[in-house]
Amino acid sequence: MLSLEGYRILDFGTAWAGPMSTQLLADMGAEVIKIETQGRLDGLRLGRPIVGEDIAGGDEGKWPNLQPAFHALNRNKLSITVDIKKEEGLALIRDLVKISDVVSDNFSPGVMTRAGLDYDSLVRIKPDIITISLSGVGQYGPLKEATLYANTIMAMSGLSSLLGYYGEPPLGMSAVAYGDANASIHAAFAVLAALVYRKNTGEGQQIDLAETQMGSALLGEALMDYQMNGRVARPRGNRHPHMAPYNNYPCAGEDKWVSIAVKTNQEWRSFCAAIGNPDWCLEEKFGSIGGRLDHQEELDQKISLWTAQYEPPEVMEKLQEAGVAAVAVMTTEDHYFDPHFKERESYVEIEHPLVGVEALYGIPWRLSETPGAIYRPAPSLGEHNDYVFGELLGLAEQEIERLVKEKVIY
Amino acid sequence: MTKKALAGLKIIEYGHFISAPYCTKLMADLGAEVIKIEDPGAGVDEARVHGPFPGFQAHPEKSGLFLWLNTNKKGIILNLNSGPGREILEKLLGEADILVQNTPPGQTKGKILDPETLRTSHPQLMVTTITPFGLRGPYKGYKAYELNTSAAAGVSVASGDPEREPLVLPFFQTYFQAGAAAAGATLSAVLARDKLKGRGQFIEISEVEVAANNLVGQHLTTYIYRGLTGIRRGHHGGYFNYPCACLPCKDGYVCLVAPQLAQWKRFIELMDTPDWSKNPRYRDRREMAESYPDEVDALLMEWLKNYSKEEIFRMCLERHIPFGPVRTIDEISGDPQLAARGFWTELDHSLAGRLRYPGTGYELSKTPATLEQAAPLLGEHNEEIIVGRLGYPQETYLTMLKEMFHAES
Repeated sequence: MLSLEGYRILDFGTAWAGPMSTQLLADMGAEVIKIETQGRLDGLRLGRPIVGEDIAGGDEGKWPNLQPAFHALNRNKLSITVDIKKEEGLALIRDLVKISDVVSDNFSPGVMTRAGLDYDSLVRIKPDIITISLSGVGQYGPLKEATLYANTIMAMSGLSSLLGYYGEPPLGMSAVAYGDANASIHAAFAVLAALVYRKNTGEGQQIDLAETQMGSALLGEALMDYQMNGRVARPRGNRHPHMAPYNNYPCAGEDKWVSIAVKTNQEWRSFCAAIGNPDWCLEEKFGSIGGRLDHQEELDQKISLWTAQYEPPEVMEKLQEAGVAAVAVMTTEDHYFDPHFKERESYVEIEHPLVGVEALYGIPWRLSETPGAIYRPAPSLGEHNDYVFGELLGLAEQEIERLVKEKVIY
Repeated sequence: MTKKALAGLKIIEYGHFISAPYCTKLMADLGAEVIKIEDPGAGVDEARVHGPFPGFQAHPEKSGLFLWLNTNKKGIILNLNSGPGREILEKLLGEADILVQNTPPGQTKGKILDPETLRTSHPQLMVTTITPFGLRGPYKGYKAYELNTSAAAGVSVASGDPEREPLVLPFFQTYFQAGAAAAGATLSAVLARDKLKGRGQFIEISEVEVAANNLVGQHLTTYIYRGLTGIRRGHHGGYFNYPCACLPCKDGYVCLVAPQLAQWKRFIELMDTPDWSKNPRYRDRREMAESYPDEVDALLMEWLKNYSKEEIFRMCLERHIPFGPVRTIDEISGDPQLAARGFWTELDHSLAGRLRYPGTGYELSKTPATLEQAAPLLGEHNEEIIVGRLGYPQETYLTMLKEMFHAES
């Protein structure tokens, strides 16, 4: 049983934030219909293909069904192709809206309105429709014209100014597309809240999610500090205001690290015992939390000499046994072979018609009775045109053929 | 009165620090009733001692983190190791829809409320339990703080200088992601309740797993075909087309990302098409990103250093170039866009005074998130809940209080 079975979502999302939010809902059982057109592919359908080396062709959109990131962010969805700039194309979408619950997009503000697909237009044909629009800075406000991507969203939210080593200028970048991922999870939550409200009252509504604002909304601690004390937060690397040691330490091997965090004096004593109580551990300056915070650079150097003798899992096991928070710094590769992730089935395998068995990440929320499922690989472009237009909208085969020929279904 | 999306939903929070309190805050700000239980014997919510504090003077009722994460909640204190404490908890759970908890494993005093036991005693309850590694698997009992969850999730390895130690994301981001995932999962269970004929269910959230899947999970699919991606590259980001960099300008830093070739071409034009840009060496954006990004950075910095970040942002906006300023916390605090969108709400708090609180990033047109009540004082609503709601006579209530707290001290 799936918790969102019976809900239908029309997904105009492209790239990351929109598609990931609807994927979260698809995992819970919502029927998500992804709408594209061959004239304007989802950007994630472009790029280096999974099979072969035709990068230039991939960048031009010759391999729309063979993109790894697309496969990762669009599983469980159906794909249709419609040219909404054509009158008949728009009519098809409007017919679909009448039998849908949610319409999601992450276009620049104004695009859905110009297409005649904004909330005010849709509510006339489906009174309890819920719409959600994700955008860089929101649908209104002085900056609404800005086009932003994950990294720029992080930059403008304030987060990038804090990302860097202690006492140094910000690096400001990460390989994590945090701005998008953060918007996605909150978008899914907002849609679910609107669905709960509709279930109780029968009323739909529109949701305007500003991705930059969603990032700033997680910096309350720094924003409160500025307000209370006028202090502007700067990069603090791995430092914690009340804990030391608190860092990633080098281990044996290339680019291998282990994270060690010590909070209480009891944990400190356990840590010292676990590493064999070397003389420096007993120095008075390390005996209190304040002392360890004041001398953390020296502390880090000493600890690094110890960790460098071991591989991350060895340190993790030894210290965890002693009740100390030590965990390997893991990569995707480490996850793939890790016994914990394996036992939890954090990753799943699925058969994709074009590439065979492929690995996808699992569903991170575990519901005992309605656990969700990964039941369908990412769709090829237009793969479900027949199902959606034929079965859902009831168009005759000849009619679909005509629409394909006239590049309405395109 | 604004209409509330989650009106009528009753939540008990036995949470601390960020993940569980953020989860319930998301729902409280949309109108759910949240009763936060603190057990002073097991340690009050750590966010109370975390700060920031006005004037750097620690005070359990003035911690900025606590005040921010616990708006719109009611707060009671119970001694869960005492008869009356357990009795009150049982009554509250009996009336609730949802329990959210995040007591970590390895804690000596507090413990998570056992989901299996709760299934029998409160079959209607949705029990959302957040722990670092989840309730199953070889690492389930492992201790982990944010540094560790971020490391385990594959998030840290994505930030920092390639030659130096990986960096955790600033300000506890994996906890926030876990809280948001927990809130979403819990609402999906609310929607499924009819299908389950009113029965509740367990919702198990691992902070590590949420971050591993939602923040970097897509790298797995790429890894299988192309090898490892998502590894830190200093001030360069993850896109494999130049530019994807954070570079200094006259008064700060700017973030330069241009997935589309046309965007990059417009930027070259904005720089007046410098001679170097005509050199074939600076045409292949993939090659520039993979092989000599620092060299191209230096060329751009010659131009960037003449302008402030807001000047660059304005020029880029006009030309549809998606570059943006790296804004600092003081700039966020004064940002006109956030202000125009009603991001801030002022609330009075009896001890911390009047403060301006940040809101959220989404606006539901009919049922927006609102901040109406400042965070509760320790035990502020004990009498209201125990006497007013549960109907214990005043005298019994006072006896219970004595039994719960005097016995301990």
